[in-house]
Amino acid sequence: MSTTADSSLRFPHRHLLGIEGLSADAITMVLDLADSYVEQSRKPDKKLSLLRGRTVINLFFESSTRTRTSFELAGKRLGADVINMSVSTSAIKKGETVIDTAMTLNAMHTDVLVVRHSDSGAVKLLSEKVNCAVMNAGDGSHEHPTQALLDALTIRRRKGRLQGLTVAICGDVLHSRVARSNILLLHTMGARVRVIGPPTLLPSAIERFGVEVFHDMRAGLKDCDIVMMLRLQTERMQGRFVPSPREYFHYFGLDREKLAAARDDALVMHPGPMNRGIEIDSELADDIDRSVIREQVEMGVAVRMACLDLLTRDLLGNAP
Amino acid sequence: MSKYRTAYVNARLVDPASGLDAPGGLLAEDGKIADFGTRLFADGAPGDAETVDCGGHVLAPGLVDMRVQLRDPGQEHMEDIESAGHAAGAGGVTTIVCLPNTDPVIDNVAVLEFVARRAREVKLAKIHCYAAITRGFAGRELTEFGLLGEAGAVAFTDAEVTVADAKTLQRALSYASTFGHLIAQHPEEPSLAADGQMNSGEIASRLGLAGIPPVAEVIMIERDLRLVEKTGSRYHAAHVSTAASVEAIRQAKRRGLDVTCDTAPHYFALNEIAVGDYRTFAKVRPPLRDETDREAVVEGLKDGTIDAIASDHSPHDQDSKRLPFAQAAFGIIGLETLLPLTLELYHNKHLKLPEALALLTCRPAERLGLTAGRLAKGAPADLVLIDTDRPWKIDEEAFRSKSKNSPFDGRPVQGHALRTVVDGRAIFSVGQEKQKKKAG
Repeated sequence: MSTTADSSLRFPHRHLLGIEGLSADAITMVLDLADSYVEQSRKPDKKLSLLRGRTVINLFFESSTRTRTSFELAGKRLGADVINMSVSTSAIKKGETVIDTAMTLNAMHTDVLVVRHSDSGAVKLLSEKVNCAVMNAGDGSHEHPTQALLDALTIRRRKGRLQGLTVAICGDVLHSRVARSNILLLHTMGARVRVIGPPTLLPSAIERFGVEVFHDMRAGLKDCDIVMMLRLQTERMQGRFVPSPREYFHYFGLDREKLAAARDDALVMHPGPMNRGIEIDSELADDIDRSVIREQVEMGVAVRMACLDLLTRDLLGNAP
Repeated sequence: MSKYRTAYVNARLVDPASGLDAPGGLLAEDGKIADFGTRLFADGAPGDAETVDCGGHVLAPGLVDMRVQLRDPGQEHMEDIESAGHAAGAGGVTTIVCLPNTDPVIDNVAVLEFVARRAREVKLAKIHCYAAITRGFAGRELTEFGLLGEAGAVAFTDAEVTVADAKTLQRALSYASTFGHLIAQHPEEPSLAADGQMNSGEIASRLGLAGIPPVAEVIMIERDLRLVEKTGSRYHAAHVSTAASVEAIRQAKRRGLDVTCDTAPHYFALNEIAVGDYRTFAKVRPPLRDETDREAVVEGLKDGTIDAIASDHSPHDQDSKRLPFAQAAFGIIGLETLLPLTLELYHNKHLKLPEALALLTCRPAERLGLTAGRLAKGAPADLVLIDTDRPWKIDEEAFRSKSKNSPFDGRPVQGHALRTVVDGRAIFSVGQEKQKKKAG
């Protein structure tokens, strides 16, 4: 266990709303602590009592199985009572607002609210109305901080560092909260970031994020240490943003031939769920020498345990 | 029967239309301006008149706000004719020009007359109305331009909806020219603006919000200008917000087209940074643009390309704004902040005082064919007494408007109406307000 996984350390934020605003030290604190939770999760008895008595609510306004399960496991392994709430959009249409829902759950003495919402900024809005800790599990096209942290942990464990690495983020950057959080985190940690995609899938003024922009996979992947693929939603490949899945895979899908441009030891990552044969070649995705996609899922639980641990340290009732 | 007279003494008379800017006095008689001038009360004010000592402050024509959403009829919980009238008074506005996006829409004579009648009953600021270009803003069938014009519609617009279909707009322009009516357009190419929440660019990309690109505005203006040239009609582009739009209008004026435009204070007093961390009070359409565009709007005001400043008063209740950014309504209220924000252009030395006031009085009035907005013998005594230097802080709690959606809350400004007069009657005065506060 790393020495910095010391329980006296304090995370300098009340909520985890995004990577924006996190210092390199704060990010390192999460990653160091997460390292220790990776070991914990590999034991037969995975359960701790650190969050015993605490209530964690997973409040998902947008459907998700993987992320919700990951947060649920993280909470349970720390000993918290975890409740999953899926708020269908129809309930929202009945008139209950995000703020109403948050205030209701707050009144039940929730300790941590883990929130996913389809609107950018919705999680921040909610955090302003509650006195529990709030974790952003993805808001619109804005941020998905725990995904960026788990990606960073995966890279750091494989490469030993983040600083100085060249990372290419490929595909639908425009709609991707994963891409935004990753760009911010990798930048803060001293990595070089490239984005690769057709202009229709890149946000306007993306170059102002301090990234290099490429529209050609081979050029963009040249000498990269890490290749991060993004999910392209089905409804976006039928002509609105790209003409067809076939054309998309031809130019922007990752296969061995394009990957050859990257460094020989380059790692392939994907936040899941994958569209096999569209953004990534199926065999490549399963190649344990190159792809760390399954490892990312494992790191997800550890990172979320670390975040829950850090955010509850300063909650009422924990005062030393 | 003796006449009811008020003598405004010791004033600095400013009439932007005639260029008058001199110390003097004004006599109002039975709601009309009987006389005014530098030597008017040289021998003292008439004994039978009520005397208002202006203390050397600016006495100007009351402001004409050419774009106001009244919400009455239909959404009176956000604003009504009375609350808007009080807000106007506090802002120095004596004439409100109401956009037709009430509920029901002002696309027929009956609704137009309803608003006019309510305004007469309430007796605060005067209210004129635009009528819709197309029925229900559906962009298909033209409204009765002739009959609506006779009933008092000052111009035609589909309010915040763009008449996007080129054929429909061409017909509207050409039919309007039968009567010499003005067509006012909200210029925004709908397909480019669709789903957009704020100005596109770095900030929108960082916030993960869909953008409305600046070209969406100029594309529509340039298309419209072609149609204006072809039909020879009168056209007004509402709330221009980009450098390219200002330039397009500038060139059109040089070509001799009968074209005007206005802007709103937020387009020269703020830029997209005001959206900050998803501040829905800064969500407006067209969106707040970047600094280059803001500067170009100021230039357009300085060189006369932009003809008027309108508040674009768009009241929204808390429930429409306390939402995730993408779900929140577009709009900013402005009746009570129009004057001080416009005076920033004077204090920052971009405009001389009469130039700044012209944008709020005679220029919009002239374009809409209103007699308001100037000091003239025999004209209605619609006046505003302004302390141009008075420092104060905009405070949403103090708004008379029923809605509070202003991004200017807390902003220190200079200049305030001291007294607002409609047809010779004060609908607002600072002294009264103080007394009211004491009584309360």
